[in-house]
Amino acid sequence: MKIFTFHKGGIHPAERKLTAELPIRPAPAAPVLTLLLSQSIGAPSKPVVKAGERVAAGQPVAEPGGFVGAWIHSPCAGVVKKIERVRTAQGYPADALVIERDAESGERYAYPGLDPAQASSEEIVARVRECGIVGLGGATFPTAVKLVPPEGMTPECVILNGAECEPYLTCDDRLMREHADEIACGAYCLMRAARVRHCYIGIERNKPEAIEAMQRAAAGYEGMKVCVLRTKYPQGGEKQLIAAILGREVPSGALPVSVGAIVDNVATAYAVQQAVVEGKPLTGRVLTVTGEGALNPGNYYVELGTPLLSLVQLSPEAERVIAGGPMMGKAVSRLDSPSTKGLSGLLVPGAPDAGKMQACIRCGACYNVCPMGLEPMMLARQAENADWEGAAGRGVMDCVECGSCAYTCPSRRRLLDWIRYAKSQVRNLK
Amino acid sequence: MSIFWLTILILGVTGLLAAVVLYAVAKKFYVYEDPRIAEVEALLPGANCGGCGFKGCHDFAAACAGASSLEGINCPSAGKAGMDAIGILLGLKASARNRRVATLACGGGCDRRRPTSEYSGLRSCAIEAAVYAGPTDCPYGCLGCGDCVKACPHDAMRINAATGLPEVDFSKCVGCGVCVKACPRGLMHLCELHQAHHTVVHVACSNHDRGPGVLKACDVSCIGCGKCMKACESKAISIDRFCARVDASECTRCGKCVEVCPRGSILVDQIAVYQRQS
Amino acid sequence: MDNRLLISGSPHVHSRDSVDRRMWNVVIALLPALGVALWTFGARALYVTLVAVGACLATEWIIERYLFGRACTLRNGSALITGLLLAFNLPDILPLWMVAAGAAVAIGVGKMSFGGLGCNIWNPALVGRVFLLLSFPAAMTTWNPSVGSGLLPAQATGASGVDAETGATLLATLKTHAHEMDLSRVDWLSLALGDMNGSLGEVGAIAILLGLAWMLLSRTVTWHIPVSVLGSAALFSWCTGANPGLELLSGGLLLGAVFMATDYVTSPMTHKGQLIYGILIGVLTIIIRRWGAYPEGVSFAILLGNSFTPLLNKYCSPRRFGMAGKRKEAAA
Repeated sequence: MKIFTFHKGGIHPAERKLTAELPIRPAPAAPVLTLLLSQSIGAPSKPVVKAGERVAAGQPVAEPGGFVGAWIHSPCAGVVKKIERVRTAQGYPADALVIERDAESGERYAYPGLDPAQASSEEIVARVRECGIVGLGGATFPTAVKLVPPEGMTPECVILNGAECEPYLTCDDRLMREHADEIACGAYCLMRAARVRHCYIGIERNKPEAIEAMQRAAAGYEGMKVCVLRTKYPQGGEKQLIAAILGREVPSGALPVSVGAIVDNVATAYAVQQAVVEGKPLTGRVLTVTGEGALNPGNYYVELGTPLLSLVQLSPEAERVIAGGPMMGKAVSRLDSPSTKGLSGLLVPGAPDAGKMQACIRCGACYNVCPMGLEPMMLARQAENADWEGAAGRGVMDCVECGSCAYTCPSRRRLLDWIRYAKSQVRNLK
Repeated sequence: MSIFWLTILILGVTGLLAAVVLYAVAKKFYVYEDPRIAEVEALLPGANCGGCGFKGCHDFAAACAGASSLEGINCPSAGKAGMDAIGILLGLKASARNRRVATLACGGGCDRRRPTSEYSGLRSCAIEAAVYAGPTDCPYGCLGCGDCVKACPHDAMRINAATGLPEVDFSKCVGCGVCVKACPRGLMHLCELHQAHHTVVHVACSNHDRGPGVLKACDVSCIGCGKCMKACESKAISIDRFCARVDASECTRCGKCVEVCPRGSILVDQIAVYQRQS
Repeated sequence: MDNRLLISGSPHVHSRDSVDRRMWNVVIALLPALGVALWTFGARALYVTLVAVGACLATEWIIERYLFGRACTLRNGSALITGLLLAFNLPDILPLWMVAAGAAVAIGVGKMSFGGLGCNIWNPALVGRVFLLLSFPAAMTTWNPSVGSGLLPAQATGASGVDAETGATLLATLKTHAHEMDLSRVDWLSLALGDMNGSLGEVGAIAILLGLAWMLLSRTVTWHIPVSVLGSAALFSWCTGANPGLELLSGGLLLGAVFMATDYVTSPMTHKGQLIYGILIGVLTIIIRRWGAYPEGVSFAILLGNSFTPLLNKYCSPRRFGMAGKRKEAAA
């Protein structure tokens, strides 16, 4: 069996997939859901309901604020209480719809189911758009926008990202094991929508059950193939995944479709299948609650807008909560904030790292692990000296913020902190 | 003996050749520079702070020497006296500009804003601001890592240990604006002073939210109630997205706004040694 | 929530690697060579090593404590390595005060004057050694007469007339008596085991290779620098007509290639740069040995290589992803 991988850089962090054997369960339903109006990249959505209005489960409550934007649907039947200024998990102020669950009324708002083999490409794209589907791997880019490539670019294949290279996270693994057929069908919908004949499903070798399940499911579709990937971080990075499976490098600053690939997460494919075949909009997602400090580890199906506080029970020693995986996840400062479409995990790490930062010994470790071939140590130094033009010249904007450099640095220098800062400054220069 | 003379001869010729080459190169690559640029530069404080809008003191001096009028060219560090001296040197009239000082538009010290989380990364406001909204309920306020203090070229700022907020020493601040650029939250503002003024009135809050969250976040947060705007006789106060702003050029320092503010977010800072430069 | 959450930027995990761990791995790798030195030179080797290490640690502590006024970093083991490596580069009969002076220069001038760990341009131990070599050339090239020269004793003295009183090293013998040498008389076994004359650490080839194996296994260093130094030295010496085996086993080439040239701070950061750097050192070593005034050229070659490191870092930057229009055909 051929094992696919990217070749430049990469690391092998401890996998710590504590929740891999725990089946997906629904999280307890919260009485009040807070739907943030900016849950995806692009313009914030605009509410289409008013305070006091009654909504059905699955009813659209906010429309896209622009071409790059997404519909938002109510996960439950209930009453819109108010449109309020709340805080995101990182504490930033954001507008949100607050919906109070209505226990009696169980009415559902549903779209008619489509037959993916019969439906046209435009119909599928329109359905994906009106069901509010965004990239569920974490980037939350609206999927419908991705499916319509810019003028002059033709996609050749769809790549499904089931690498799940982040340590700890297991939500995609569980989804592939339990819903392989739906994911394969979703992938077929994506192939139809993008008018391509090939679909590669990349899964890291450390998930043999998922590989087997997906191989069985993919056998039913022509042109669909599972590619087994080496367990290496960041195998699931978009550019790395394309390099691993197609052997092509996405040019600096270009879109993946410029090398003919449309990359979607397996969870996105599942959501697409639900939207197209079942007519269900995106109102929830699978999320991993994990880490040594979490008392209720597991994989949960979570309705959008559920407060994080009700999802994770912290042990008394827990010091920090991370939204996402340990490599790229963002630290959570407020547990009263709601879950969003992009939230793939809540990680409560155990005992913190005791290492102290030291002087750089110029060992070159960061150079050798950077999957983008950058010079993290030089970039961080330029950021410290506020040399933004110099950092831009060294390709700081190519950085995918995978964190391999800071993970590997023996002097424990916080290289990515500086590089992230440099990126924000270079963005301001333009 | 011949070795002796030979050595002298060889060394002498080598030295002579080197001198000729050096002279030729110096002549060939000589760049004429207006001698007045150096003279102007000598009158500048040499902090290279960039407060004038040029890249450094040399660029500023070159701009002065090349200008036909000093209108709009001003070194905040040199002050009025310095600019007058430059004007006399160049035979031009120095443009008068009022002195400016930097003020912090946040009053939420440790005792006034309850922390809700704790930052454990690199001690830099810029990096902290990129990671999350801040350790308190206020997503606008000062982070207290002191990027402004590190940036200040005039040693006019320090962190007050009691409040955790930076303080401006008005006797040293020249209003160059380096701290304004350094603050990732945009909390430093330059306040223009008129000759007669010994105080500066400013709103020590930048919270642009509304609703009960603002009250809860900080004891001295501006809620945008507009009482100060109504009390102000010189129409110097405006409300920008639920937060009051004082226009220093209109302000008469009457202090009425400070009296009516229910939150205590408007401050009067003394400019004690303002006359130092004249 | 009454307990506040801790916030920091990603990544939130770290590998178990650290500077301390790497440095102590180097110390472990140096132990076999230290053992051979003790076996070959006896108690004298111990004195020299202890004085060099002690003086290095003391110099670093004093400078950090009283000049820099910052927390002491002795625990990361880098000063200990400098001391060991300096001792390994000295003859066993060198007066101990010279050893201490060399150590003080190594740390004081070679390392701390640049700002401490991570800031120096040249390998501190070699700065100390070259300081001693230039200041006390006679003492630094006088070897213990009671230790073998790597040639079978009777024939060696008989055939080449080496002055046994000064206990010349094999390299010096090679330089002055190359034409008279009979390679069949070289005792390869004692060369490999360390029963020959020279500086403390350079005599035991097998012990040094053991150390290299440990450093490679523990991922403390990569193969690039040692292999390129040794490979280029062997190839170049063969081209100039010398015996590559003798060049590799005699003198400090092995010690330098494994422990000195691989110093993180003073070697290039990319693998490409490391290969060029290694080849530079290998070739320079042979040039100095063959045509230079000194019998031994490793120290100078490495210091020269160190000087090229910033340049190599500048011009051997890694190839950026997505910058070469390389396109392979799709898989499957």
